[in-house]
Amino acid sequence: MGSVLARATNGMECAVIQLGSTLPASQPPQRVAEEYAMLDCISGGRLIAGMPLGSAMDVTMAYGVPPIEQRERYRESHDLILKAWTSKEIFAWNGKYFQLPMVNLWPRPIQQPHPPIWIPGTGSTSTFDFTVEHDYCYCFLSYFGNKSAARSVRDGYWGVVQQKGRDMNPYRMGFLQLVAVSETDARAETDYAKHIEYFYHKLLHIPVEWFGPPGHQDYRSLSNSLRNPAILQQFVTLKEKRFKDFANDQFVICGSPATVRDQLKEACEELRIGNLMVLLQIGSMPHELTLKNTDLFFREVAPALRPMWDDAWENHWWPTTLRQGQTSVSA
Amino acid sequence: MTTVADRQVTVWQGKITPNIKVAGSGPPVVFLHGAAGLAWDEFLEALTAHHTVYAPEHPGTTVGDPDSINHLDNLWDLVLYYYEVFDALGLQSVPIIGHSFGGMMAAELAATNPARVSKLGLISPIGLWRDDTPIQNWMIITPATDLPKYLFYDPSGPAAQKVLGLPDDPQQLVEAQLHFHWSLACTGKFVWPIPDKGLKKRIHRIKAPTLLVWGKGDKLVPPVYAQEFASRIPGARVELVDHAGHMPSMEQPAYVAGLVREFLRG
Repeated sequence: MGSVLARATNGMECAVIQLGSTLPASQPPQRVAEEYAMLDCISGGRLIAGMPLGSAMDVTMAYGVPPIEQRERYRESHDLILKAWTSKEIFAWNGKYFQLPMVNLWPRPIQQPHPPIWIPGTGSTSTFDFTVEHDYCYCFLSYFGNKSAARSVRDGYWGVVQQKGRDMNPYRMGFLQLVAVSETDARAETDYAKHIEYFYHKLLHIPVEWFGPPGHQDYRSLSNSLRNPAILQQFVTLKEKRFKDFANDQFVICGSPATVRDQLKEACEELRIGNLMVLLQIGSMPHELTLKNTDLFFREVAPALRPMWDDAWENHWWPTTLRQGQTSVSA
Repeated sequence: MTTVADRQVTVWQGKITPNIKVAGSGPPVVFLHGAAGLAWDEFLEALTAHHTVYAPEHPGTTVGDPDSINHLDNLWDLVLYYYEVFDALGLQSVPIIGHSFGGMMAAELAATNPARVSKLGLISPIGLWRDDTPIQNWMIITPATDLPKYLFYDPSGPAAQKVLGLPDDPQQLVEAQLHFHWSLACTGKFVWPIPDKGLKKRIHRIKAPTLLVWGKGDKLVPPVYAQEFASRIPGARVELVDHAGHMPSMEQPAYVAGLVREFLRG
């Protein structure tokens, strides 16, 4: 998929964001380093390298990694990938999970020393720490909008940024928002309500134990989550909610271009978001309607958001070849 | 009630200092707890009348010491670690009783070095696998609604209440959930995703006289596994317990304690 997009967007001023290969489920992990390097070559240096921990369902249930090892495998995979990208010489890797006598990366990424790295997360404290320590961009994948639980993630993440002495550059944070745009607010409801309900009622119907089996979070993150159960609670109450609730609570920002623009702008300001990601195909939304949503969003909404932080901050987490100091909006 | 002492010994290059609950008097017996951590209960209490009971807490499951688990990478480490704990306690050859996950560990210890285990009591152990009777993954069973059905003969009986009941106080509730989840995480490290880590290749090495105790109503590890174990351990005796599920020593503590006491005496 990434290679198709990289080729299809050749010559365009847009990044290819792969958010991405699940590190703990990729064996051996230098495979990720190779594939990302290849994508960077195909795109002419426009790749953003996502490094997800992966969901528990993916890594521990489907791929069989013990939950308590998921993060440790992730860190080792990350370290190996970085070393593979940056080493000029062949090297031996004697890790806990991977022993590789001769790591010899080919191809090598165009972007030097390596493509920008984005870390998707769902609010674990240890992921905040990891991201800030490495000076990466943290992308909060919220499927529950920008209100209550997102506010606690904001406080947690920006708290760690300050505590570790980094600047408050809004491009340090990415945020995923579900968005549905139509001609008017009323029309938006007619167009999208049933697809949004399908998404939350059917596709996001996950038993809490599957979301986080014991060990998936380390002890301290687990302790924080149990003391602040807002994110998990949202899974439990999804079935009771209807379109009006999803729209009112801004799980989905849905309405006319003006409504969506205003709500998104406020959300980005509230959460201090530089890298906004929007999900424009939601649930059972058919192809034509998805095109309409995408078209309206990029024509009527995105232009108003792009210059939001330009006067004060540069996006250091954007491919160097594309940096014009503009707010990124991606879908 | 007997006084239960907390004893610490330092092992594994000085990196792990496990807590061991010690109580009673008489010849020693080691008890290895199941996946959800150690709870000092009526069954252990009953054993203290005739034995000194040593009940180590699995690394990581001791409150206030969650990181010990990071020093043990795999089952081989864990087996060798236990021999070091026994050395530190002065137990050269000792009877071991193990429940569920602890039963698997007891069997591994008896198979790896038969000289260290004088008698082996396995209460509903995991460690073997039959494709026609897969064992439910207990780490992803919803604790509040479904776990009691898998663990207990009587899911709403007093034993289930005692083991799975949660405190009302919010602070204590968080502590209880944290201990429960983290204990499953620390034991699950050695058995996820399928609780068959090769015991079937080593089990023939067990020389200790062996007693298998199984609840007739065990829905987590069904009693067909009792035969699976018994057929592989020379001379093993099986005792099936009425009105008990996966936790026979909690649902029928007096009866199971009686079986174990008689086994240890004989």
